[in-house]
Amino acid sequence: MSKMSDAPTITSLADLLAIAYQIEADAVERYNMFADQMETHNNLELAKVFRDLARAEGIHAEEIRRQAGDIDVVAHARKVAKWKKGESPEEGDLSSVNYKMTPWHALQLALASEERALAYFTHVVATTSDDKIKEMAKEFVEEEAEHVAICHRLMRKYPAPEGDSWSQDMDPAVPQG
Amino acid sequence: MSTVDKPVVYKQGDYKSDVKPIWCPGCGDYHVLMSFTRAFAELGLPPEQIVVVSGIGCSSRIPAYTNCYGFHGVHGRSLALAAGLKVTRPDLTVVVASGDGDGYSIGGNHFIHACRRNVDMTYVVMDNHIYGMTKGQPSPTTEPEFDTALSPGGTGLRPFHPMVIALASGANFVARAFSGDPNATASMLVEAIRHPGFSFVEILSPCVTFRPDEKEWKNLVHPAPVTATTDPGKAARRIMTDDGFNIGILYRGDRRPYQPAIGARNFDHAELEKEFEL
Repeated sequence: MSKMSDAPTITSLADLLAIAYQIEADAVERYNMFADQMETHNNLELAKVFRDLARAEGIHAEEIRRQAGDIDVVAHARKVAKWKKGESPEEGDLSSVNYKMTPWHALQLALASEERALAYFTHVVATTSDDKIKEMAKEFVEEEAEHVAICHRLMRKYPAPEGDSWSQDMDPAVPQG
Repeated sequence: MSTVDKPVVYKQGDYKSDVKPIWCPGCGDYHVLMSFTRAFAELGLPPEQIVVVSGIGCSSRIPAYTNCYGFHGVHGRSLALAAGLKVTRPDLTVVVASGDGDGYSIGGNHFIHACRRNVDMTYVVMDNHIYGMTKGQPSPTTEPEFDTALSPGGTGLRPFHPMVIALASGANFVARAFSGDPNATASMLVEAIRHPGFSFVEILSPCVTFRPDEKEWKNLVHPAPVTATTDPGKAARRIMTDDGFNIGILYRGDRRPYQPAIGARNFDHAELEKEFEL
């Protein structure tokens, strides 16, 4: 995942809105990708969790697009929402998934993503000297903090699985030989 | 400006097909697919102007997952197919996808001669140091001590060094990427596609099923300490001391791409058919 030094520079409100939009749009794409993977591997319960997460992120993306008004955040994001290295904060690690995952694991992944987004916007608030950017970035901080809290709440609904973790596969892939 | 005059801005999603990948969850090839679509969007090429050609193996499923033209060809023969396509349709952007088994073993000889010919196309090899699709046999890049049921105690064989071979055989652009950094990989692919001639990009792409140890690659890869060179001698010296995890562009050459006259002249297919009449 990206370090703060790899994050795009924000010089205007349009930049902030475009980046915030792109973070959510990237999350939608990533969660849908995870959902596709789980459907392919017949883990339908988890596919639904990922699909729900994608839907929730899509709603946030749409809210930011509306909030931006006349600013075309989709087009502007193409110019400014570029991380020098790594991926944007809410893109869950593709290599961290497994077909034996449970909803609890998915929520751990989502929590890590939301925490990265929270850290990113907190960093914007702390480093910008522009009052308007700071004010709007604070709103994003509040939203991301709320998302982190939602993940914690959902984890109470989907507690950690007991016994063997999914990485200890009872039916592992056996090399031919 | 009317809608007709507006330039089309392609998004990453425009290059993705509706076919869902069947790779194992966690596979590095998902990242590579993402890098492909990000690179194509960055280049702004219409999907119908791009052809993704592949051979056989997990990596070679990639054409089906893109919305570009595709050719899922014969094992190890993707480069031959792609070269034929490019010389007859030089207007198309040709990207070839392969794996370390398909590309370096079954298609090893094509690899050498594709570098030598220097046809203007990009060759991407998703290297996971194993045959994944056929359940974990050692490939040409598998470490000598890697123990498998088919090679107890390891093969004891020195691994193939793709970048050395590419450079020595005349590839015009040689680079290594890591699938876990899809944005950087996409940028590298953009450069490879833009560079004239035969571009070779080795992408380290972990097989989480048969090589779970490769999950550690994300901690081992590091940016190459030196920038790309246009001097093949310098590139050769650097690559001989490579640790296998240097990420970056090694070499940018200036050889003129191969393009036979056949693609340009008015070719009479009926005349050719006559030559094959029995």
